[in-house]
Amino acid sequence: MVTNSAATAVSLSASKIIPLSMTALLGLFIVGFVGFSHLEVVHNAAHDTRHSLAFPCH
Amino acid sequence: MSLFRNIVFTAVIAGLLSGLLLTVMQSFSTVPLILKAEVFENAAPEAGHSHDAAPAAAGTAAPAADHHHEEEAWAPADGFERFIYTLAADMLSGIGFALVLVAVSEAFGGFKGWRGGLMFGIAGFLTVILAPGLGLPPELPGMPAAELGPRQVWWVSTALCTAIGLGLLVYTRSAVFAALAIVLLIAPHLVGAPLPPSHETAVPMDLYARFVNAVYATNLVFWAVLGTLAGVIRERFRAGEEVSAGTPAKLASR
Repeated sequence: MVTNSAATAVSLSASKIIPLSMTALLGLFIVGFVGFSHLEVVHNAAHDTRHSLAFPCH
Repeated sequence: MSLFRNIVFTAVIAGLLSGLLLTVMQSFSTVPLILKAEVFENAAPEAGHSHDAAPAAAGTAAPAADHHHEEEAWAPADGFERFIYTLAADMLSGIGFALVLVAVSEAFGGFKGWRGGLMFGIAGFLTVILAPGLGLPPELPGMPAAELGPRQVWWVSTALCTAIGLGLLVYTRSAVFAALAIVLLIAPHLVGAPLPPSHETAVPMDLYARFVNAVYATNLVFWAVLGTLAGVIRERFRAGEEVSAGTPAKLASR
């Protein structure tokens, strides 16, 4: 029974890997776009946010 | 897919609310200081970066949209428009940070309530504000800094090392991993952040000191609220996750 539930836990976490990594990548993409994009327009729009979140700016 | 959907719901709600709170806090703390610093930035073009526009009195410089590198680049007009873009950028940052925070927490078994969320939020603050800030303190406009690219690389590496270091400290029990965690936490600071050749700036130091304090204070509140909200909301969005685990009774009841 113990090995059975352990196996379930492993397969559960394996099934979670794809959605969790997709979520994390989506989040990193958003933060990267707002905080790190070199596009001048994005920089100007998010200017005060970048300074206030202490992202490297200018 | 339900796990992905539930995490996105959680992150969007937590990010929108904490981003709104952050913008309100900023408009009383950091943004007025940024605007003051821009007066000095525009008055001393050589202290910062390429500003060709000859600055006149601060009054006429304020509405000019060209407070940045190229004349032709669009920028939101000062006042309400600029506030709206800052709000949007804050909320987007909140959503992005929340997505990563919830995903990481789920990989380690979930928040398990508001308290776990708060702890993850504090860890987020340490990872993306405090640790990178030790080497690259918050900057005001018009302050000298090294090349942008190397600073961004150092920032990202430091955040990554800090996140892994904190994770090792919390989730492992062996002395070897604890030592590795400490090494990861301090290594970026031994390497050192890219520094400008000169720290000379027209921005007054007391203005700068107030700005640094304001950045740390507002971000600590932001991350605490973001984590706590994510922990609370995550508990409410669990629909369909038991089904994907494959319980026959649940499948039959659908």
